Amino acid sequence: MSQFALKTRLPAYLRTEQQRITKIAEDFGLDFFPTIFEMTTYDQMSELAAFGGFPTRYPHWRFGMEYERLRKSAEYGLSRIYEMVINNNPSYAYLLEGNSLTDQRLVMAHVLGHVDFFKNNFCFAATDLDTLGKTIDPSNRTADYNPNRRWIDKIANHGSRISRHHARHGIDKVESFIDHVLSLENLIDPWSPFNAPAPVRLDDDEDDEPIEVPRLAAKDYMESYINPADYIEKKRQELEEKREREKSFPAHPRRDVLRFLLDHAPLERWEHDVVHIIRSEAYYFVPQMQTKIMNEGWASYWHSKMMTEKIVDASEIVDYADRNAGVMATSPGQLNPYKLGVELYRHIESRWNKGQFGREWERCDNLDDKKAWNMQLGLGRDKIFQIRKLYNDVTFIDEFLTPEFVAAQKLYTFGYSGKTGNYEIESREFQKVKDKLLFSLTNFGNPIIRVIDANYSNRGELLLEHEHMGVDLRRDYAQAALAALVRCWKRPVAVATTIDKKPVLVRYDGSEHSESPYKV
Amino acid sequence: MALKIGQDHARFRHIVRGRIRENLRKYITHGELIGRHGKDRVSIPIPHIDIPRFRFDDQQKGGVGQGDGEEGDALGQGEDQPGQGKAGHGEGDHAMEVDVTIEELAEILGEELELPDIEPKGQSKLDQASNKYTGIRRVGPESLRHFRRTYREALKRQIISGSFDSKNPVVIPTTADKRFRSWKTTTEPTANAVIIYMMDVSGSMGDEQKEIVRIESFWIDTWLSKQYKGLESRFIIHDSVAREVDRETFFRTRESGGTMISSAFKLCKSIIEAEYSPDQYNIYPFHFSDGDNWSMDDTLACVELLKKFLIPWSNMFAYGQVESPYGSGQFIKDLREHFSDESRLVMCEIPNKDAIIQSIKDFLGKGH
Repeated sequence: MSQFALKTRLPAYLRTEQQRITKIAEDFGLDFFPTIFEMTTYDQMSELAAFGGFPTRYPHWRFGMEYERLRKSAEYGLSRIYEMVINNNPSYAYLLEGNSLTDQRLVMAHVLGHVDFFKNNFCFAATDLDTLGKTIDPSNRTADYNPNRRWIDKIANHGSRISRHHARHGIDKVESFIDHVLSLENLIDPWSPFNAPAPVRLDDDEDDEPIEVPRLAAKDYMESYINPADYIEKKRQELEEKREREKSFPAHPRRDVLRFLLDHAPLERWEHDVVHIIRSEAYYFVPQMQTKIMNEGWASYWHSKMMTEKIVDASEIVDYADRNAGVMATSPGQLNPYKLGVELYRHIESRWNKGQFGREWERCDNLDDKKAWNMQLGLGRDKIFQIRKLYNDVTFIDEFLTPEFVAAQKLYTFGYSGKTGNYEIESREFQKVKDKLLFSLTNFGNPIIRVIDANYSNRGELLLEHEHMGVDLRRDYAQAALAALVRCWKRPVAVATTIDKKPVLVRYDGSEHSESPYKV
Repeated sequence: MALKIGQDHARFRHIVRGRIRENLRKYITHGELIGRHGKDRVSIPIPHIDIPRFRFDDQQKGGVGQGDGEEGDALGQGEDQPGQGKAGHGEGDHAMEVDVTIEELAEILGEELELPDIEPKGQSKLDQASNKYTGIRRVGPESLRHFRRTYREALKRQIISGSFDSKNPVVIPTTADKRFRSWKTTTEPTANAVIIYMMDVSGSMGDEQKEIVRIESFWIDTWLSKQYKGLESRFIIHDSVAREVDRETFFRTRESGGTMISSAFKLCKSIIEAEYSPDQYNIYPFHFSDGDNWSMDDTLACVELLKKFLIPWSNMFAYGQVESPYGSGQFIKDLREHFSDESRLVMCEIPNKDAIIQSIKDFLGKGH
């Protein structure tokens, strides 16, 4: 056993608590991996949090920066990390020494909610290490589902691999390359673990067939008016170009840019290894980003249920309520995923308990009837258990956000006002709130960017495309990310995007940034 | 327990140091840091260090919030959630405050301005002995007996000789069991130094002039305190009479009236005579004025004082002349005339804040 584990063993009274709370959680039907709690000091907690929860990461300054920030805000009493849990089998969670017993109980209950979510939500199946890329249908799981999720070990191995590269190539060289690759960390395809392998293109003779332009039916004497010759010629050329484009490389746009670089960029072996490591860690964190609201909401739902119904007694309830209120607090301009998640689960539970769903409910337009609607079905608990298995944040919000909920929770959209230089509340309209919320959750709030041509202008330049959905890219950041791509691709790189409603090609050739109008 | 993050943290500090160095000239001329220093640390705001990625323009992006408010109400700046939260990915462009020690800051200053280390004068005249407990020995005074080691030796002996009874675990040490702490004496030459700041606070010295002096003195303090362990600062203000004040008063006082620089020099001389014997102390008088002295006679008196006492006593006598709309700036010309070949008198004109860097270099660049 490592030194760390020996020094962070839980004291006896907390082990008793853990057994008790585990039993309560199981009785409620939660189904979690074995969970190991460790006791840490403030400093250790800050270190672990800086490492993203892992005891060992690859060496990089950004963890040091995060550590300094966390330690300082803990020292000044600005913030405190209560709970941290790793998606690992067995799961590891950390308790902060010096917290009150009520706090420790709250954290344990909350953590078991998370671990249940890790084990059961379909997104997290992508972190199973023993399925060789195939994901198991979460609704057809056997009772003895016990996947290999030894990510702590895997990520510690990444640490020693990077350390080896440090020793061989020098810290500055390796670290600066890591900086570059981290700039590209979000250029992955969150759904690739669920995709079928790309279809192999059949080598048929399609290419040889002459291009035929579909014509509108017309009588002979009208033919030259309805299908004028120059129009047909133009169409024919367009089709030809399209066929040419399909021959280009890659044949289909690729969203997993890091994978593309691994396969096709002229990387040295150690560089290849670095890209590989960063990519695989990025995929590890994808499910957590995809289910932030659901995951925190689920854990909060269960900690509050367990704490108020089974765990705390009258003497602790005020302490608990105080702490819970802190966790649920909202502040202007920031959505608290804990709050939104737990309220939405409760909303759904109540709807399904009362039968407020289905065709009849939706057709009913009498407000009084709707308010009094109660079929006493009691399906709520089953429904939320099903949701935690089969949904992610996007589908969760898309399907279950209702106008009543938006109004009751006082949700609003906000935006920047050029006039006042402030962020201002824009609207409380249901559809606008929902759209904005879904936009911020889509691709976890990151722009969608694909590789479309690896031989742009026939000069071996890399061309990417930003799928513009109403919001421009931040220019200085885009330029820096392009520089990182050039570092890997070693040829000029450009991204086709839209700035101020005009198509623009933002390009970096290794020494100069440029922007020019872009024509598709 | 040693933390693994130490290495990453050191790398981060290294980057921060680079950033501070890049921006040092800005920090110096703007005097931003001076309000932020504690006893031995300075808190420096540096731009948030970030890993750039493809991301949305924040102003166009907007978002969803929760709570009261009418449409069109301002949200204020989105603040971080208090109290809780996982280790999130810090977003936004908040400037970061990093703490550096004065010593580190001095090092950065030295690197950036290429300042030479100072060779203290009269070195090793003051040897200071310090004792440190470093080891264990078998003889010594009872007062230094190491209880645990002694007990252990006694226990070992009793177990070996078979006289230890676990039912009645009495352990009695004999003389041979006793262990004592032992110490080592090291002598280190210590160089003491004193900075005597003198400033003209007559009517012609405005707020901007004083701000320049304040910034200069901060950096001079920083640099010299790295060079000398025991550094003291004294402050003298003068118009036509001089008096000694504390730091706060030094920068705040504004008098009207005439200027007699010799009054400050006289007071400086008497302070040195009374408290800082020139063969034991490294003495650094700094005088700041707008160069407008009362009379030629007084200037001659100053020259006399400098020649006979102040310059021979000091490692360096620095005179900084700030430009003011009222001053004639004559004093520096007079000094140049009388001390054309005196290397320990460093003179420098500081017309504005941008000239501060050059004057720090002039003052400290000679390594006296």
